[in-house]
Amino acid sequence: MTKVDVGGILKDYAGAGRDALIPILQKVQQVEGYLSRESVARVGEHLGLPASKVYGVATFYNQFRFQPQGRFHIQLCRGTACHVKGSAGILEAVKRELKLKPGETTRDGLFSLEVVACIGACGLAPVMCVNGEFHAKLTPDSVRKILDSYRGKASADVHSK
Amino acid sequence: MVTIEVNHRTVEAQPGEMLLDTLKRAGIKVPTLCHMDELFPSGACRMCVVEVEGQRGLVPSCAFPVTAGMKVQTHSPRVLRARKTIVELLLSNHPDDCLFCVRSGSCQLQSLAEELGVRERRFTGAKNDDKMDLSSPSIVRDPAKCILCGRCVRVCEEIQGVSAIDFVGRGCHTQVTTAFNDGLNVSSCINCGQCIMVCPTGALREQSHLKLVVDALNDPDMTVVVQHAPAVSVTVAEEFGLKPGIDMAGTLTAALRALGFDRVFDTSFSADLTIMEEASEFVQRVKTGGRLPMMTSCSPGWIKFVEQFFPDFIENLSTCKSPQQMLGAIIKTHFAQRAGLDPSRIFSVAIMPCTAKKFEAGRPEMTQSGNPDIDAVLTTREVARLIHMRGIDLASLEPDSADTPFGERSSAGKLFGASGGVMEAAIRTAYWLITGREMDELKVQAVRGAKGVKEARLNVDGLDVGVAVVSGLANARRLLEQIRAGRNDLHFIEVMTCPGGCIAGGGQPYQTQPEQVRARMRALYKIDRDAALRTSHANKEVQRLYEEFLGKPLGEKSHHLLHTHYAPREVVK
Repeated sequence: MTKVDVGGILKDYAGAGRDALIPILQKVQQVEGYLSRESVARVGEHLGLPASKVYGVATFYNQFRFQPQGRFHIQLCRGTACHVKGSAGILEAVKRELKLKPGETTRDGLFSLEVVACIGACGLAPVMCVNGEFHAKLTPDSVRKILDSYRGKASADVHSK
Repeated sequence: MVTIEVNHRTVEAQPGEMLLDTLKRAGIKVPTLCHMDELFPSGACRMCVVEVEGQRGLVPSCAFPVTAGMKVQTHSPRVLRARKTIVELLLSNHPDDCLFCVRSGSCQLQSLAEELGVRERRFTGAKNDDKMDLSSPSIVRDPAKCILCGRCVRVCEEIQGVSAIDFVGRGCHTQVTTAFNDGLNVSSCINCGQCIMVCPTGALREQSHLKLVVDALNDPDMTVVVQHAPAVSVTVAEEFGLKPGIDMAGTLTAALRALGFDRVFDTSFSADLTIMEEASEFVQRVKTGGRLPMMTSCSPGWIKFVEQFFPDFIENLSTCKSPQQMLGAIIKTHFAQRAGLDPSRIFSVAIMPCTAKKFEAGRPEMTQSGNPDIDAVLTTREVARLIHMRGIDLASLEPDSADTPFGERSSAGKLFGASGGVMEAAIRTAYWLITGREMDELKVQAVRGAKGVKEARLNVDGLDVGVAVVSGLANARRLLEQIRAGRNDLHFIEVMTCPGGCIAGGGQPYQTQPEQVRARMRALYKIDRDAALRTSHANKEVQRLYEEFLGKPLGEKSHHLLHTHYAPREVVK
């Protein structure tokens, strides 16, 4: 993985106070894809905040993640319409199939899972979005097939190389 | 002064003060969980709610300012119902293992449930299955028992300036934990145990060495030696229901003998020894232009604090080991030799007011040829448990004195238990070292008392000496930052990790309140006032130890056994 220049980001926030914490974390995540331990510590040092506090603030918000995203990033909708249409079961199926929890990345780096509130596709509920591709009217069975198709894509890439 | 009406009674109040303070002064007990004296109210737990006429809902008395003429109900049916519901909700996801909990009998959640008459489980919540953190040598965290009152977080941040722990996550997944949910052992935790002192439940406790000690006592091949710290004898009585401020040194010594310890020594003896070394070191630094201000090194939480947050001040720390470690080193060398014992067959126990002492005893540099200088550290609370466990009736014991050759102490050594005590003891001896005579007035009032920061200027034969005494590491942090910024009028600084010193240490009776600390402090000052032997350098047994074994302060043997070194420490901070 490439080292992210947190120092470069912090340069734009010279002399900033603790109120700049969330914007800085957002910026770091935008560049780094997640919040690494090193960057959490660096940001804390810059703002004069202990790492425990930075971590506490960051874990309060769903938007921050602490593991790099997988090759296929799953955004699973748990909004109201999806909930009514059974997204809880879909989430369980994904968790079971990939053996991971929201915010985590599989050990092979293939999949990461994020639970989102509503992605504005209520007509297609329950829905999930993988690297920008929408998958509609999911069932636990169809989810497994969809995940398999991404696995297939990954191994096809390996063979073609 | 204004008057308000509380439960149809007129009560006097200071305008603007928080209602809870008024109620407390008027002798009306309102329960609290998150409230901490002398800190800004957080109003989080809502246990202290009361009814105020004209207010729509119940108000938290801890965060509600008094106004003239207000009418308050503190125990109305509505208030009691609300408080009871809060406790019932806190219990809804709390483990049902009170019988096995170290805090059974001293748990505030348990006593609130009792006071409010909770007799059934009205709500059943999902139990949290957060794992225990056993990684620290000093402190055990059991998040399942945490009620998220936040007192540990606040004491760690606001009193100690450490912030090893904070709230992490959100909603019902909130936890108090370290950065990245790592073990406490790799966090910036300094092991002071102040979090344990303020925890209302069993979510925080010391890493217990009781089993180690009991096993050693039961081992016929082991000579089990114990030392007890200056601050323990003035607090242990409280663990047996007596009022704060009673000195039980003699009874404690007798109890330790009854428990089967082969030798009972007094850490105040090695406090005197520490003073001989430390005062000599100070005089040497002043005379030879060594690094100043010199900072004391008795408090292991403070040492770790410097190593991780202020490594640029490591040179300022006195190289003296703490009294616990000095005596530990002498026991396994000189004492073993004298008594004809194999050091590996000696089990050396220290009774300490402190949880960081457990960490200190495990520091790799605190060993002689593979043997740790100290094998186990018991807190004041643990030694009280041991005495209870063995059914020893303190009332039937005759007070006894500690064993030679490390039983005699000056009252200067005893003063180590209170913030300012090391400074006062060191001043007495440094004065004598520099001038060759005793101070006219041994008492140094300016460094006494429970204040977090005390400063004084002393005149030692024309030499102007600036001293500062701080306790509570947030105060130390502020002082170090002043020095970093160029302040240079100080020569000698005493730092104690815990606010008020060891008498308020993290191993002392739970929930120590400021008035208890003051009573314990007065007990130490009374010991000093009444003592015949008040300076460390006049301690005959210390003098004999130098004659028979050590040679002279800062000599080669001392350097090897009584001094140590520190190194910068990488932690998540």
